[in-house]
Amino acid sequence: MARLRKPKEEMKYILATDVGSTTTKARFFERKPEGWRFVIAGEAPTTVEAPYEDVTLGVRNAVREVEELTGHKILAEDGSGIVVPFDGERGVDLYCTTSSAGGGLQMMVAGLIKTMTAESANRAALGAGAIVMDVIAQDDGRPIYKKIQRIRSLRPDMILLAGGTDGGATTHVMEIAEMLKAAEPKPRLGLGYKLPIVYAGNKDLRPQIKKLLGDVFALTIVDNIRPVLEVENTEPARRAIHELFMEHVMSHAPGYLKLMKWTDVDIMPTPAGEGMAMQLIAKVFKKNVLGVGLGGATTNVYSVFEGKFVRSVSANLGMSYSICNVMKTAGIKNIMRWLPFDMDEEEVASRLMNKMIRPTTIPQTLDDLIVEHSVAREALRLGLEHHKTIATRLKGAKIERTISDMFEQALAETYIDLMKIDIIAGTGGLLSHAPRRVQSMLVLTDAFQPEGITWMFQDSVFMMPHLGVLSTVYPEAAWQIFDKDCLVRLGTVIAPRGVANKGDPVMTVEIEMPNGETLTEEMHFGEIKRIELPEREEAKVTISPRRGFDVGRGPGKRVEGTAMGGVVGILLDARGRPLQLPENDKERKETLLKWFLDIDMYPEDKLKELV
Amino acid sequence: MSKAKGKRVSKEAYAYTPGLKVKRAMLVRKTRRLPIPGKVLVKEGDEVDFKTIIARTELAGEPEIVKVAILLGVEPEDVPRYMTKKIGDEVKEGEVIAHYRAFFGLIKRDVTAPVDGVIESISDITGQVVIRKPPIPLEVDAYIPGKVVEVLPNEGAVIETNAAFIQGIFGIGGETHGVIKMAVDSPDEELTADHISDDDKGAILIGGSLVTLDALRKGVEVGVSCIVAGGIRHRDLTEFMGEEIGVAITGHEEVGLTLIITEGFGKLRMSRRAFNLFKSFEGYRAAANGATQIRAGVMRPEVIIPHSEFYEEKSGDELAAGMVPGTPVRIIRAPYFGAIGRVHSLPIDLQQVETESYVRVLEVELEDGRIVTVPRANVEIIEE
Repeated sequence: MARLRKPKEEMKYILATDVGSTTTKARFFERKPEGWRFVIAGEAPTTVEAPYEDVTLGVRNAVREVEELTGHKILAEDGSGIVVPFDGERGVDLYCTTSSAGGGLQMMVAGLIKTMTAESANRAALGAGAIVMDVIAQDDGRPIYKKIQRIRSLRPDMILLAGGTDGGATTHVMEIAEMLKAAEPKPRLGLGYKLPIVYAGNKDLRPQIKKLLGDVFALTIVDNIRPVLEVENTEPARRAIHELFMEHVMSHAPGYLKLMKWTDVDIMPTPAGEGMAMQLIAKVFKKNVLGVGLGGATTNVYSVFEGKFVRSVSANLGMSYSICNVMKTAGIKNIMRWLPFDMDEEEVASRLMNKMIRPTTIPQTLDDLIVEHSVAREALRLGLEHHKTIATRLKGAKIERTISDMFEQALAETYIDLMKIDIIAGTGGLLSHAPRRVQSMLVLTDAFQPEGITWMFQDSVFMMPHLGVLSTVYPEAAWQIFDKDCLVRLGTVIAPRGVANKGDPVMTVEIEMPNGETLTEEMHFGEIKRIELPEREEAKVTISPRRGFDVGRGPGKRVEGTAMGGVVGILLDARGRPLQLPENDKERKETLLKWFLDIDMYPEDKLKELV
Repeated sequence: MSKAKGKRVSKEAYAYTPGLKVKRAMLVRKTRRLPIPGKVLVKEGDEVDFKTIIARTELAGEPEIVKVAILLGVEPEDVPRYMTKKIGDEVKEGEVIAHYRAFFGLIKRDVTAPVDGVIESISDITGQVVIRKPPIPLEVDAYIPGKVVEVLPNEGAVIETNAAFIQGIFGIGGETHGVIKMAVDSPDEELTADHISDDDKGAILIGGSLVTLDALRKGVEVGVSCIVAGGIRHRDLTEFMGEEIGVAITGHEEVGLTLIITEGFGKLRMSRRAFNLFKSFEGYRAAANGATQIRAGVMRPEVIIPHSEFYEEKSGDELAAGMVPGTPVRIIRAPYFGAIGRVHSLPIDLQQVETESYVRVLEVELEDGRIVTVPRANVEIIEE
């Protein structure tokens, strides 16, 4: 629960941190005459692990950076922590934090039918910011003993159990519950406490569930996640997960009891904070949003599509700890296809392995940066593929189907249509730290392949989770900072769906620039072009695609729309959807080089030296 | 980069990557703990060896779920009535646990136990019976020879020994022990199959800059306990393990030996300090563990060489110490990857590097006298 130590209107300084798996990031905010603004960032390695095993050390180190850079004292002289409220010389008026250190919130979910209650439970756990270690369902294709072995080997922080509509299935739900009990799962942190379990299934079974599980688990019962097949009600489960996260999980992590005392607001899992920020974008602009947090260990993809919020997490796709898993999953060739220069396969692999074992290092040379951007494209691409298997329509008309039927449907039934995604927003160290914003815009574009007219945003210096948690207690301040200092408007991508031969005409784009001038651009297949359109300005665009190309209203149909200006501007992308890279190695490298030069992606001289 | 006049510099930096330990003598303490409560077999003051069992317990056996209602063809609520065994009863595989008779014995159905175990539950809601298989014994050994300095009731004990302690950056394979043996003459030299012979059975073999795939295979063939080297090629490791490493959580591989890499991937000279330390302890018995975990509870691979020749001189809290001018550091990223030097200065203001990023940097004076600027994130302190 929030306990503000000063009325909001009297607040002058706010500090927010995110205790990430690699780095603890402090963000310092100040109320200025024009409103709340971001002042400075301070970062330090996270210290949740041995030999430190006290998360507050990393927080202190990150805050010390802020102190050094601003001259504003925040930490108590006696080492007792952060001074709250500001006493006229030292401290801040509000301190809040998110956390994903030590693996974040790791959950196991169980439901009755894989594509119905288990899927809803999975979405609820993901939406709450959890990493879902496994989804157990009666029809998941595994024999009971395999499921039991799996449950025994997992050490989750929490379990979410769903199953049955209200008044629906009973026996089979109890079978799952009995299996869970028999398997005796152990909590990840601390052996001495009961593993929290949230029951969000058939309400008629509550007494039996209580009798069966009440003694051995820390049981919380909430409203059914699927009261009827047509409705998915994830909110009560999500709320219960957050409460249990604080009460049971965070309190067992090293140093968190201390950190919990420092904060004025409940500690929130980082992805939950990030998710709140993505929902804020969708709400403010009233558009469909696809968001991504590309972290060191995981890739979180968020969608707000026609009001429905869904998060997916690819637990082992990331840019540091899990960078080699991106290489393993995507294949090194898929990473290397984005390199415009020669590099030995072994050299690329070595660099990635070395990044994995020393995850806090950053690229100093241009070739190192380009290698990381190549990995990022693949991590994002795989993350979106995964998201599409989570963001699916509710199933449930018929339950007696074979596993393979259901699997095929799950793949086909995503409602994520890139043509209908209006906004793409990215966050995470690699995107935020990109030396040129056009780099994150192209990385996002190449990975997600937006279609039609898409506005592109990114986090300026990774503070979406910070502002997400701040928005729970002080939404006005959070939005002011979000709008002015966090949300960087990159610009707009205009890309038609379709492919053709190199050089074939693809579309004509007329752009009414803010100064009254109208630009007419003829785009040919394989080209990409960047047009300056400053931040906070807009331009009316009329796109006339050629036959076989679609920008939203069908092949060859003209579309009018608004291009949002940004630090990059407008990218006219006629490289095809799906994006076409030449198969011939030499041609591929030349093409990449041309694209990079055409949009001023990297310092030209250095880039030419590399190829 | 020259030092501009009036440039702001920090006296000390806290935001750094902690280095790997390479120590001639230190008090090594190992907490040996059972994963679940059990019986501790040692007491404070006991002297233990590598393989002394510290604590023992039994892990509850796996449950076997028997769908009795379905097998008997009765309603779940009637199952307790047809059970011939009750909760807590021991059963043998094949033994009848429930039977159903109807129509004067014309219809007969029996359910037998599929495994040995104990009846744990009988459900009248689902008609399922849980049979718990016999418990699985679990033991934890001392891993290092030394003295029991603390008993953790029901969990294990803390073992202490004076030892040389060398941490690697990455490893595979679990705990092992053996005699330290130098396989090469210098830290620059590659460790190949030619350096390994039948005499190396059970040894902890120290290589130089690189261990090759054929050396690893020969090591397994001969029965080497552990190989330590500066670097390894990615493709060799993949081939040796039979799969690519995705996430650095290792220690459970069963590949025939334990492998410890001290510097990183590629051909990288083993730090002279580590190499010379191994050399000075050639012939000593040591413990080694390849387990590496980079996320959630950092764990680096290690070699522990117990001895009583020297004792740690310095004491104090090293962790609290930051990086100051003069602190020895190793650069851990291109373009100076592997280079060793000392902190020259710690500029406060952000500086632009080749990627065009503005980052916090430090100036390092390399061993050859050059002064180079690198991001602070790209160095680690060498703990002396």
